[in-house]
Amino acid sequence: MEKLTQRKRDLISITDYTKEEYDHIMRMAAEFEASPNQQLLQGKVVAVLFFEPSTRTRLSFETAINRLGGRIVGFSDSNSSSVTKGETLHDTIRMVSNYADLIVMRHPLEGAARYAAEVASVPVINAGDGANQHPSQTLLDMYSIVKTQGRLDNLNICMVGDLKYGRTVHSLLQALSQYQNPVFHFIAPPELRLPEEYRLYLNERDIDFAEHTEFTSVINQADIVYMTRVQKERFSTPMEYEQVKNVYILRNSMLANTKNTMRILHPLPRVNEIAPDVDANPHAYYFEQARNGVFTREAIIAYTLGLKNI
Amino acid sequence: MEQKDINTQLKVSAIQDGTVIDHIPSDHLFKVISILKLDATSNQVTFGANLDSKMMGKKAIIKIANKFFEGDDIKKIALFAPHASLNIIRNYQVTRKIRDIGLPDVVEGAIKCFNPACITNHETVRTSFTVSNKGHLALKCKYCEKITTGEQMIIIP
Ligand SMILES: [Zn+2]
Repeated sequence: MEKLTQRKRDLISITDYTKEEYDHIMRMAAEFEASPNQQLLQGKVVAVLFFEPSTRTRLSFETAINRLGGRIVGFSDSNSSSVTKGETLHDTIRMVSNYADLIVMRHPLEGAARYAAEVASVPVINAGDGANQHPSQTLLDMYSIVKTQGRLDNLNICMVGDLKYGRTVHSLLQALSQYQNPVFHFIAPPELRLPEEYRLYLNERDIDFAEHTEFTSVINQADIVYMTRVQKERFSTPMEYEQVKNVYILRNSMLANTKNTMRILHPLPRVNEIAPDVDANPHAYYFEQARNGVFTREAIIAYTLGLKNI
Repeated sequence: MEQKDINTQLKVSAIQDGTVIDHIPSDHLFKVISILKLDATSNQVTFGANLDSKMMGKKAIIKIANKFFEGDDIKKIALFAPHASLNIIRNYQVTRKIRDIGLPDVVEGAIKCFNPACITNHETVRTSFTVSNKGHLALKCKYCEKITTGEQMIIIP
């Protein structure tokens, strides 16, 4: 029996979970992959509130909810919601709390999900708050790593592209830092270098890392190559962008001497940073990675509602 | 030195009962007044700036009559005056002195988050930061998780 006094189990930031909780989500995701249709949410209503559109993330969550037998209310962008009538986030969340058993939300403002979790009487899962956090993405990245490498300890991880603004990179490095002996290689132009805050974070934990500006043979030692988009709007002039955009393209020819077990991940959507000729290479894993998102989200939802406790 | 400090304090008129905040950097005097909302109090407030201080060169002092700060709230003045000291005055005598009051662990509702995309800058949300000082002052927003540095701090009026 669930204790009524138990604290609500929101998932807002990746650091809200302990290592034990990460491991629990990994195990449950594997269970849901083996058996995706479980009627755990029968009779429950989940509010899926997307204050900005993100079709990919929304469909993944809605598929997870449907596979668990839950019903969905909500909106897919703020144009079709009361937000356009000037209602505050506070009031929207208070109202929806009365209707639903769980809120899954995406919002363009940073910190919106944390605030909503304070206001809501039901648990909140953050499906992205601006450039801040997107914890279900990180958990599905971790599940993809576990599935392909069989472990989260002792991994050599190459992160490539926009390491300055790339929130998935920051969350993943924080989560993997909870495990034994990770080694990170960061490949980025100086303009998009990993922020000092995260270099400090790794140094404080005595975690091995190296920074590179060239995309070289460093990937030959990697277990995981984590690619991200270099976004044009991050640069102050179009010239600067033109100078770096083609430096970080992963091509099939670069994979000849990589480890057999190495897998390439990408949070998607990609632009041109992974050449199409990589897609057929057995190292490519980014489309399967997206599929893993549904099982991971089933696990997160079940855990958040206390339906599958540790 | 103690005697000299008392003499400089006397340059600002004495109070019978209340609190004297000493060792405020002169250029941060008005920030301390603002963060304590002394600009809105009905208590008698007197202050002096550019007073000589052996320790600081120039310093400022604030005296607030009939006001005794309680709890950790007063610690937020350390954001602008890290070496401030508090003197509790009863009947013209210093009955208690707290040196270097120290930074608070958490600051709530006093400082604006520097991140323009933070929810606290778009909706009426009381700001909340965890404070750290590893060489430089850093306030981490509870909501957007971004850092507001010492130089970026703006007091919420
Ligand atoms: Zn903030």
